[in-house]
Amino acid sequence: MDTYALLIASTLNAGTVLAIASLGLLVNERVGIVNLGAEGMMLCAAIAGFATTVHTGSDVLGFLAGAGSGALMALIFGLLVIYLNTNQYATGLALSLFGAGFSAFVGVNYVQAKLEDRMHYGVPGLEDIPLIGPAFFQQHPLVYGTIIFAVILVFFFNKTKAGLIVRSVGESPESAHALGYKVRTIRLWAVIAGGALCGLSGAYISIVYTPLWVEGMVAGKGWIALALTTFATWRPMRVLLGAYLFGGVTMLQFHLQSIGIDVASQLLSMLPYLATIVVLALISRNPLWIRVNMPASIGKPFYPGN
Amino acid sequence: MLKLEQRPTPSKYWSVASPVMSLFITVIIGACLFILLDKDPVKGLLVFFWEPLKSGYAISELMVKAIPLLIIATGLSVCFRSNVWNIGAEGQFVLGAICASGVALLAEKGASSWILVPIILSGILGGMIWAGVTALLKDRFNTSEILVSLMLVYVAIMLLNFLVYGPWKDPNGYNFPQTKTFDAATQIPRLFKGSRVNVGIFAALAGSLSLWIFLFKTKMGFALRVGGLAPNAARYAGFSPSKALWAALLTSGGASGLAGALEVVGPVGQLTPFIPVGYGFAAIIVAFVGRLHPIGMVFSSLLMSMLYIGGELAQSRLGLPKSLTGVFQGLLLFTLLACDVFIAHKIKYKTPFTPLSQPRP
Repeated sequence: MDTYALLIASTLNAGTVLAIASLGLLVNERVGIVNLGAEGMMLCAAIAGFATTVHTGSDVLGFLAGAGSGALMALIFGLLVIYLNTNQYATGLALSLFGAGFSAFVGVNYVQAKLEDRMHYGVPGLEDIPLIGPAFFQQHPLVYGTIIFAVILVFFFNKTKAGLIVRSVGESPESAHALGYKVRTIRLWAVIAGGALCGLSGAYISIVYTPLWVEGMVAGKGWIALALTTFATWRPMRVLLGAYLFGGVTMLQFHLQSIGIDVASQLLSMLPYLATIVVLALISRNPLWIRVNMPASIGKPFYPGN
Repeated sequence: MLKLEQRPTPSKYWSVASPVMSLFITVIIGACLFILLDKDPVKGLLVFFWEPLKSGYAISELMVKAIPLLIIATGLSVCFRSNVWNIGAEGQFVLGAICASGVALLAEKGASSWILVPIILSGILGGMIWAGVTALLKDRFNTSEILVSLMLVYVAIMLLNFLVYGPWKDPNGYNFPQTKTFDAATQIPRLFKGSRVNVGIFAALAGSLSLWIFLFKTKMGFALRVGGLAPNAARYAGFSPSKALWAALLTSGGASGLAGALEVVGPVGQLTPFIPVGYGFAAIIVAFVGRLHPIGMVFSSLLMSMLYIGGELAQSRLGLPKSLTGVFQGLLLFTLLACDVFIAHKIKYKTPFTPLSQPRP
C-alpha cells in the first residue's frame, strides 16, 4: 500500500510541473496567442532557477529567477509577435530552439553542482495520517498553490470584469478594440504572465522535481503542456486534471519497473509522449467540440486600425 | 515618431537582405557574447566564420554536415510552403537511420554494393512512415501536426536507444551502446580520397534541382508558391487539401529519412545513440533562412554547417561549450524573423498630427 501512496504523491508532483506551465499557456491562448516557445522558456528558467539556488541557497529566489527569465523571454516573443506581427509558430519555435541552445551553454558549469539538503515539506497535522498523509500532504507548497491558482483562474475568467475583457480579446480582438480596450497591451501582459508561469514550472523542475541540472532536462514537458491546453479545451480545472493524468502516466513507467514488469525502460519512457498523441487525436476528433471552446482569434495577428 | 507602415506589395529586396542583416546582427551579438566570456571576439568569430573555410579538408567537412541539412530542409520547405508545420524532422531522420541500419546489419561479409539500394530505400520509407503517422492523424482527426510530429521525435529517440542498448547492441563492442560497424560493402562511395564527402552530395543537389523544377516549372508548384494550402489554390491545381497534406508530409519525411540513412552508412558507419545531433531542428532554420527557395537553402545549409563546425572548434580551441552552436542558430532564426518585418512593412517617420484648425495661442 505504501507504494501506492508514493505513486500518488509523485503523480501530484509530476502533474504540478505540467499544470503550472499549462495554466500559463492557457492564459496566453485565451488572448489568442500560441507560444510554442514553452520548452525553451522552461529550459532557460530551469538553469536560471537552479543556478540562483546554488549560489544563494534560497529556493524562493530560485523560483523568482526562473519566473523572471521566463517572463523576459516571453516579453521578447510578445514584442515580435504582437507589435511586429511575426508568425506566432515560427517565433515560438525560434524561442524553443534558442532556449535549448542557450540553457545548455549557460548550464555547462552547473552539471556537477548540487543543491543543499532539501527541506522536508508537509501540512502540519495532516501529514501524519497513515497512507493519506504521505500520498497528499507531504508536498511542496507550490503543489497546493497550483490548485489554488487554478481555482482563482476559473473565478477570474468567469466572474470578474477583467477576466471578461481578457476573454473578449481572445474571442474578438476587433470588437475589444472597438470598445476601447488596448488589445495589444492586454495581449502582451498575458504573454508575459504565461512566460512567467512557464518559467516557474521550469524552476520547479530543477529545484524541486529533480534537483539538479542536466542539458535538455525539461524533456518535452513544455510541448506536453501545450498539448494539455487543447486537451482541456482551455478550461483551468481540466488543465489541472489533465496534468495529473499525464503526471500519472509519467510515474507509471517507474512504477511498472519497480513491480518488475519486464519491458525495456526505453520503451516505457515513450509512454507520456505516446499518451499525448493518443489523447490529442481523441480530443480533436470532434471538430465542433474544439471550435466551440477554442478562443476564436487563436494564432491570428491583430492589426489595430489607425 | 517612428511608425511601421504596411507596404502595398512585399519587398523583394528585403526578402534577400533580411537573412544577410540577421546574420550580421547575430555576428554582433556573438562578438558581445565572446567579450562577456572574456575571450578575444576576433578569434572567436574567426573560429566560426573563417576556420571552416580555411583548407580543402575544412571545406569537405563543411559539406559533410551541409548535405543532411540541405536534404532535410528541401523536404521541409515543401511542408512550410503548404502551411504544414512539420517540426519533427529530427524524428523522421532518426527513423531513417534506424531502418537503414536494420538492412545494413543484415549484410553478409562480401555482400555486393547493390545492398545500398535497399538500405537507402528503407531509410526513406522509415522517414515517410514516421511522417505518415502525423499526416494520418491530421487528416483523419485534425490533430495538430506541430505537437504530434514533435512528440514523435522523443518516441523515435527512445526507440533508437532501445535498439542500441538492447537487441542491436554489438556483442563484441565492450558493452558500448552501439551496433557493430557496418560491413564495408554498405559504405556509400566517397567523392575523393582523404575526405568524408560522399555521393550524398549528388542526392542533395538533385533534391534542390527537383524542388526548383517543381516550384517554378509545374502548375502544382505554382499553386503552392501562390496559395500555400489555401483550399482554392489547391483546388485550382487539381488536388484536394488532404492530398496536399499527405504529399507535403511524405516528401519531407522521405527526405529526412534519406538524410538519416546517408548519415549511418556514410560518415558514421554504425548506429549509435549520438546519431541525432539536431539536424532536423537546424534544418528548420536552414529552410527559413534560405527563404524556402532551393538555391537560398544551399547557402543557408552551408552557413548552418559552419555554425556546427564552429561550435566544435570553439570547444577544442577556446574551451567554450559546444552548445554555442545552438545559441547562434537560435539567434539567427530570431533575428531573421524580426528583420522579416521589413518585407511587409516600411518604417515611416511621422510628425505628430496637429490639426490646422487648432487655435493658436
